[in-house]
Amino acid sequence: MKCFVVCRRELRSYFGSYIAYVLLAVFLLLSGYFFYSDLIFFVLFGGYILPTGLWQYVFLDMRLCLLLVLPLLTMRLFAEERKLGTIELLWTYPVRDAEIVLGKFLACWIFFLLILLATVVNPVIFYRFYHFDIGPLLAAYLGVFLLGTAFIACGLFVSSLTENQVVSAMATYGILVFFWFLTWNEEAANERLLHVMLRLSLFDHFYNFTRGVIDTRDVVFFALFVAFFLFLTLQSLGVRKWRGVQ
Amino acid sequence: MIRAERLTKQFGAFAAISDVSFAVERGEVVGFLGPNGAGKSTTMRILCGVFPPTSGHAVIAGYDVVTESLQARRVVGYFPERVSLYLDMTVREYLRYVADMKGLHARNQRTDIDRALSSCGVQHMAHRLIGTLSKGYRQRLGIAQAVLGQPRVLILDEPTAGLDPEQVAEMRRLIRNLRGESTVIISTHILPEVEATCDRVIILNQGRVLAVDTPHNLNYRLRHTSQIYLEVLAPAPAVVARLRDIPGILSVELSPAAPEGVTALTVATEKDRDLRAELAACIAAAQWGLQELRPVALSLEAIFLSLVTDREPTASASDHEVFRRLSA
Repeated sequence: MKCFVVCRRELRSYFGSYIAYVLLAVFLLLSGYFFYSDLIFFVLFGGYILPTGLWQYVFLDMRLCLLLVLPLLTMRLFAEERKLGTIELLWTYPVRDAEIVLGKFLACWIFFLLILLATVVNPVIFYRFYHFDIGPLLAAYLGVFLLGTAFIACGLFVSSLTENQVVSAMATYGILVFFWFLTWNEEAANERLLHVMLRLSLFDHFYNFTRGVIDTRDVVFFALFVAFFLFLTLQSLGVRKWRGVQ
Repeated sequence: MIRAERLTKQFGAFAAISDVSFAVERGEVVGFLGPNGAGKSTTMRILCGVFPPTSGHAVIAGYDVVTESLQARRVVGYFPERVSLYLDMTVREYLRYVADMKGLHARNQRTDIDRALSSCGVQHMAHRLIGTLSKGYRQRLGIAQAVLGQPRVLILDEPTAGLDPEQVAEMRRLIRNLRGESTVIISTHILPEVEATCDRVIILNQGRVLAVDTPHNLNYRLRHTSQIYLEVLAPAPAVVARLRDIPGILSVELSPAAPEGVTALTVATEKDRDLRAELAACIAAAQWGLQELRPVALSLEAIFLSLVTDREPTASASDHEVFRRLSA
């Protein structure tokens, strides 16, 4: 499977430069601080229900950190290869487009899992002082995992459209934040439209997980979201076949 | 080994190449020759599977480059004009990555990589980061990734561009060494390069094939005269007068840059008539010193210019006719 070769090279590129370490450090710093302040808030203002009192806030905050960090991770995937021109050689190796897409996706995904794994340290320390029910926590992690995967798929697609990394990151922010704000002001939307918008809103599907609820509709939504953007990426690479520009 | 039939590539309204047809036999080294924008790179990219042609088709080792792209790409090693490598990898790491991408057997990978490294003269750079390599070494590494795994077909787009003269000579030696092992297409806009390395030349201009032949034949067919260069130790007017009288001599032209006491001249003779012996005899009979006598090969540069600008009668026929005539 050539996708592992592509994946290994991408990981090598992340960890061979500062990118991985800086992103990891910033993410851990922010999410660690959010965890700390959310915990203080929870203790001071006397919450009793952990899932809605603490986890919800922790993971909604983590969502922000992911929104900040993941587009920076995905922006270079294709944009950099286009800019450098390395993509031309890539096309001439006996590798399917799908293997390239999957390999790059996988690399980001592995890095993202590493980030998530590193954040586990916070609840683990917390658990030493207070034995809580870990079920809702796992549900929240599943949610954040699915959300991050969706971010990566979206970022991968945008990166395949441009050779400029800044454009790639900015457009990814645009799409993701738009999906977030889609249902920001429910009053401003037409009722029928709102119904559709709620179904599409990336972040509305995330709320249930943070409260410890796993709804299969949400899982399916994220799976479809990821599949849709991977499909779009593949199509966008195929464009060269009829447009003929590298 | 390689067959292209009526390849056309359209970028919007602009046709980068149109109706390009040629065939390359196994083990041949063929040169694509043409000015910038002639369609050399476009043709090569189509052969390597970077993008498909708008119409026409190409077959490499029996595989269609569009419908059996993966199989075709397995056979080809490609060196792009703008060679871009991953600057954050070391040379060996990079070649290992390429070997994996090409699907070379893990068992032989080490020897494959070592062979590619040494044949391109980069073995002592194996542990350097590519980003720290000079242009010449990057170029060689680009060739190394192309020859890695000894592909049956090599397509090298301007492999000597941007190298210093010594490196150019080395690169040509390298390409000559590939002869027989692989079928090679190289592109260049430098004529001595094809003369030095190629068995056959395909001349492209404005997206069309102008001529296909060996450098030697091309030279021969397009001339209608042969030229001989002479250096004689005698006064110029006497030499000129004497040589003009030899039957078969069309013209005698003095070269301006000759040392004191030496007459340097170029005589044009009728095509297919070798008058070297007559010239020598004539000068010997006059008891002049003959310092030099050699046939002048019309440079490919001149041929090329005449093909492109349609000045020569042979090339004033339509491109297609020239192509047919020369490839006959």
